[in-house]
Amino acid sequence: MLSYQILSTVRLGIKSLLLHKLRSGLTMLGIIFGVCSVIAMLAIGEGASYEAQEAIKKLGSNNILIRSLKPPEAARQQAGGGAGFRGMSLKYGLTYDDAARLQATIPGVKRVVPMRIIRENVRFGRSEVPCQVIGTLPVYTEVTQVEILRGRFLTDVDELYKNNVCVITAGLAQRLFPAEDPMQHSVKIDAFYYRVVGIIRETGKAEQRTQAGRMEGQPLDNNVYIPLSTSRTRFGEILIRRMAGSFEAEEVQLHQVTVQMRDTAAVETADPQIRTLLKRFHDQNDYELIVPLELLRQAEATKRRFNIVLGSIAAISLLVGGIGIMNIMLANVTERTREIGVRRALGAKRRDITLQFLVETVVLSVGGGLIGVAVGMLTPVVVSMATEMKTIVTLWSVLIAFGISGAVGIIFGLYPARAAALLDPIEALRHE
Amino acid sequence: MSPPVAVAPATPALDRPAATGQPIIVLQAIHKIYALGEEAQVHALRGVDLTITAGSYLAIMGPSGSGKSTLLNLLGCLDRPTAGRYYLGGEDVSQMSDDALSEVRGRKIGFIFQSYNLIPQLSVLENIQVPLLYQGLDLRAYEVRCIELARLVGLGDRLHHRPNQLSGGQQQRVAIARSLVNDPLMILADEPTGNLDSRTGAEVLDLIDRLNRDGKTIILVTHDDRVAARAHRIIHMRDGLIDREVINRAAPAAASPAHA
Repeated sequence: MLSYQILSTVRLGIKSLLLHKLRSGLTMLGIIFGVCSVIAMLAIGEGASYEAQEAIKKLGSNNILIRSLKPPEAARQQAGGGAGFRGMSLKYGLTYDDAARLQATIPGVKRVVPMRIIRENVRFGRSEVPCQVIGTLPVYTEVTQVEILRGRFLTDVDELYKNNVCVITAGLAQRLFPAEDPMQHSVKIDAFYYRVVGIIRETGKAEQRTQAGRMEGQPLDNNVYIPLSTSRTRFGEILIRRMAGSFEAEEVQLHQVTVQMRDTAAVETADPQIRTLLKRFHDQNDYELIVPLELLRQAEATKRRFNIVLGSIAAISLLVGGIGIMNIMLANVTERTREIGVRRALGAKRRDITLQFLVETVVLSVGGGLIGVAVGMLTPVVVSMATEMKTIVTLWSVLIAFGISGAVGIIFGLYPARAAALLDPIEALRHE
Repeated sequence: MSPPVAVAPATPALDRPAATGQPIIVLQAIHKIYALGEEAQVHALRGVDLTITAGSYLAIMGPSGSGKSTLLNLLGCLDRPTAGRYYLGGEDVSQMSDDALSEVRGRKIGFIFQSYNLIPQLSVLENIQVPLLYQGLDLRAYEVRCIELARLVGLGDRLHHRPNQLSGGQQQRVAIARSLVNDPLMILADEPTGNLDSRTGAEVLDLIDRLNRDGKTIILVTHDDRVAARAHRIIHMRDGLIDREVINRAAPAAASPAHA
């Protein structure tokens, strides 16, 4: 009985709104945009933070990365083209001793993986690809996410005997050996040949992400892994980079050290300890610490802040939409004063009039909300297709947006509905 | 009561046993004062006494400012008197709450307005149903009755038309059907022919006459002597009081109602 009455009130409301299709449509637009922007913005925000978090997770939340940095003072001097630097090598960065000390003194360390990263062209036959030649230990596979596609990774034997072997990434294999089987061949790096013993794919492209924005030249997909001992003997400790008309020499023992901790709790205690330890042996600021766990926390905090900002923007647009609805409903009440008078004369109580106009407002806002949800769920899909940004529409964002649109209808409908109900029936009947 | 004229099928609206002669409206010393500002007041009604019996056909006349409209509003329970008592069907409605008055209007009074006052977004049938809507009734159960009322006023074939698709006379007939749907104690008609030409007006008045012959109590407010001439009892208002009262023995048909 009651549901029947509500249903007929809703039908009546829809009928009244259809009387002014354009006006109702324009009124709904405010809510449509509001709801749509809530859902779309949250979806884009969610997608962005998901990507960032995935990227950071791939660095390994138990890991602490230490990278060698060219100290800013030295870099400036070199850039100034000081003649005194010609023929002199610049020494900076992490040392083999650092790696050994980290392993020995920091509690909770599971393993320490040192890396030398040298830019060289890798050649096979006539093709030549600029690469990062990474000298590292076999345990490298334990600290990063690596998928061995063919063959094997480096072994302790390779390390011990300074074998001229290498493991290449799938991307490089494709570029260097478009027709041949890489496993049958050797590649030439600088002056030496290295036998290809394995092909891997790095599932976490995390390193690239954290370095983005720093203009590192080549895509990280072109990686060649060789034993650390081989790297030391074949390339020597002093790395010479030829540049237009001059060259620069620098002595860097290790470019990166990945410290894997036992668990995330150990990461937190180790972080300051490592900083203290390194500070003691480095008199210049020639290294940086990257703590993925820390980054993850920051990313989460950023996401929260981001969501609050987006939420406020969307809330404001919903508020504006609500005010638009209220405005139209007030005009509506004035326009239909006579109808209100007639209904009151025919036995409508104030409550009935309030309900009638409230239902109309709610129909407007919920209708706008439904359309907004549809458009809002479609927008992220289009955005994803157009920009390759990842977007995630979460259920709660849809529910919140829709709930708010309903609430807006009730809140902003109450005043006009109340104004309609409080009209004096005699005055209302006389209204032209 | 005269033998009922054979009209249409016996509709539920018309078969209520009308206890002709019973007073259904009793006004006792009704005063209505409107406060215009701090000091200024308008004494619109200055102690009106009036009794109307069931089955009456009453016309209220008077110049503007005579209190005629105020009296109509009070009779229609749209307003409350400042002082005095108003009994409608034995119930004192003079100091009822707004909700209670709405209830009384919905159950006991049928309104016919000068400008028809149909609701534009509703069809003929839906307009007739409006008073039922506010009684909390299931409209589906009353659909047959509403269709019969539409037939009674000659609009059985226009049930789904909108008011703006009907002529003035037709709209007023829809309004008459609407005033009957709740089987009211009385029908209040405020200048029902004011917006109609004389021929259409006559048709509408004929319909109202017929309702009276079938036992409905009619209260008609008008300026027009010829309209008032159809009533059995005519009261003239002046300066907030009933100035004089005429029993119209020349009125066609119907037994002259008892006069208190």
